[in-house]
Amino acid sequence: MKKLLILTTALSTFAFAAQADVTVMSWGGAYGAAQTEGHLKPFTAETGIGTVMVDSDNPATPIKAMVEAGNVTVDVASVEYADAIRLCDEGVLETIDMAALPPGDDGTPAAEDFIAGAVTDCGVSTDVWATVFAYDTTKFPEGPKTAADFFDLAKFPGKRGLHKGAKAVLEFALMADGVAPADVYTVLGTPEGVDRAFAKLDTIKKDVVWWEAGSQAPQLLADGEVAMTSAYNGRIFNAAIAEGKPFQIVWDAQIYENEMYVVPKGAPNKDQAMQFIAYATSTKGLRQQAQHISYGPSRHSSLKEPLIFQDGKTEMGPHMPTAPANMANALGSDFQFWVDHDAELNDRFNAWLAAN
Amino acid sequence: MADVSQAPLQTADGRPLKAALAKAQARAKRRAFLLVLPLLAFVLLTFVLPILQMLQRSFYHDGFSANAPATVAWLEEHPQGSEIDETAYAALVSDLAAMQKAKTAGAAGTRINYTYPGTISIFKEAAREAAKLQPPYKAALVALDKKWEDPLLWVTFRHAASPWTTDFYMVSMDLRRSTDDGLQRAEPEMRIHLQLFVKTFGLSALITGLCLLLAFPIAHLLAILPMRKSNLLMILVLLPFWTSLLVRTSSWIALGQESGIVNDILVGIGIVADDNRIQMMYNKYGTILVMTHVLLPFMVLPLYSVMRVIPPSYARAARSLGATSWTTFRRIYLPQTLPGIAAGSLLVFILAVGYYITPALVGGADGTLISNLISFHMAKANWSQAAALAAMLLVLVLILYWLYDRLIGIDRLKLG
Repeated sequence: MKKLLILTTALSTFAFAAQADVTVMSWGGAYGAAQTEGHLKPFTAETGIGTVMVDSDNPATPIKAMVEAGNVTVDVASVEYADAIRLCDEGVLETIDMAALPPGDDGTPAAEDFIAGAVTDCGVSTDVWATVFAYDTTKFPEGPKTAADFFDLAKFPGKRGLHKGAKAVLEFALMADGVAPADVYTVLGTPEGVDRAFAKLDTIKKDVVWWEAGSQAPQLLADGEVAMTSAYNGRIFNAAIAEGKPFQIVWDAQIYENEMYVVPKGAPNKDQAMQFIAYATSTKGLRQQAQHISYGPSRHSSLKEPLIFQDGKTEMGPHMPTAPANMANALGSDFQFWVDHDAELNDRFNAWLAAN
Repeated sequence: MADVSQAPLQTADGRPLKAALAKAQARAKRRAFLLVLPLLAFVLLTFVLPILQMLQRSFYHDGFSANAPATVAWLEEHPQGSEIDETAYAALVSDLAAMQKAKTAGAAGTRINYTYPGTISIFKEAAREAAKLQPPYKAALVALDKKWEDPLLWVTFRHAASPWTTDFYMVSMDLRRSTDDGLQRAEPEMRIHLQLFVKTFGLSALITGLCLLLAFPIAHLLAILPMRKSNLLMILVLLPFWTSLLVRTSSWIALGQESGIVNDILVGIGIVADDNRIQMMYNKYGTILVMTHVLLPFMVLPLYSVMRVIPPSYARAARSLGATSWTTFRRIYLPQTLPGIAAGSLLVFILAVGYYITPALVGGADGTLISNLISFHMAKANWSQAAALAAMLLVLVLILYWLYDRLIGIDRLKLG
């Protein structure tokens, strides 16, 4: 009898999970956890609509496949800004009505409350995140200060971790080579500029360990496999603050962009998905996520009061990419550039990687 | 007697024996067919159809042809070499306006972008402006972006005008279209596919060779030991075989990385200096090392199954007739193990050629294989390119298989 009870309980929970109303696909790791805690759980608690989180290395890929195959199982996906624009252009996403988004807690209409560019035809920003580089303070007491130091193997010996992909890596190489953030995309738009970026990468190519999933970067640093690595700033923050790892972020030459919630065309629960996005990107929803990971909320009203990390003492402000001190030499990722050049530059990047 | 032999044999109920037999056999055949039907349907649905679908995708992309009907019609009326005149641009602008309404400029631009990189943006930009453009359209488009008058762009259009195309195979062979509609090699810094195919087949051959070298003595030992001991050893061979591939690869990372156990031990006993640790992960040595280990059981098992049934008396007879141990091995033992060697090598090689997860995790930059590039194109949703590369891989493997059949003979294969 007891066995039967356990079995039926297990089955019914499974059935509940399968019927959950809103399926959210995100990036896993510390970021996925922050969204689960900040958006999914409170949304379910408030509305009674069930939610499920699924992980992916990059949700933009599976949702496109789902829409083209006509078998969409995801209601909301968290994608990079350039992907949100590209997928929207390709007709893979539902459009989002700005008017349906709630005003800020202080009464500011949504259109004015969001930072510039945070709401597009098909997506709403959940946060501003950045690709930064970080090092192990036990290895370098006098740590690197600039992007140029990242490429200085004589001064800072040791392996380097970099994301396996052209985006953010090429811009970073150019900034390390002395290009001002304002000029990066102009330079990268020319063949000479691309050559220059690859020439800079050539100087450390032998000593680079390439990572693919966001969680690999802090792992490589923790294992001592690399002396410094590029990483998403929130992942390093969580390793350093929540897990007490001796990691230090260098904000010089950070590359920031918006992360977007989108709804794939043909989502099984479109109405609930829109309701979820409206909740998650409200003043409160954005604050709840930002209390779990150091990505900046995309509404002005969410930053009115100081944000405190879940440990109850760490103030989030200085750890956000958008903090004034961190913006000194920062580059906003140019989505238009990447929508245009993604294929070309990644082909070149792959050929460069494979060449010995 | 003669009468009996001429009259057809009949069954007890008077039917001709031949017909009755044929009928009974047909019934048995039908029943046998019904038994294999589920398997047949399964193989067809999950194996044959997807492969055919993949092959079709590698030749098919309607991103441009379906969304630019007027331009396609113009190209059909005007053969290659015609001047790209105002009517062509007018057709293009009307298509762009329609694309803007249907939100398909991205899809059309993506298709052109595959064979003429850097053009997706001019599609989107022109589509946004298309409704406002005034004739002459050529001047209006060129004012938006100079690329619109590039003859190469129009050559690209012509090849994208039909959904059926070999463009993706062209790219897979590191070729590009030239302005006069010929083919030329891609710029040196963009060449990747051919070298990656060569690397994939080279590394797979090396891994197969290493597996054979390692597996041969193991299989021999397993075959000659008494059953009880060999069963114990067999478990050691099978245990990794039963362990998840991901777990084994991750364990190798823990063992082999620069701060890993192997390096720590070597540094500890003073063989390797601390600042000069061996780099055996995140490069091609990592790929070779881990794949050899992962694929070893596929070599051991066929070898073992062949070696176990080789009677030891043959070797003893050779020795008693005066052959040296080397000659005995070379002329008596080795030829008898050939079916096992052939089966193991074929199995390991074909598995290695398509290996994806291990090179992705431990291959770093120079240890990645063609399958990783296929997965890259999948991730970028460029399925036609991924399909073309996969189809080329399939054809190359089939050629090797055919060669193998000609040289060794597939009927000599023994898998256990």
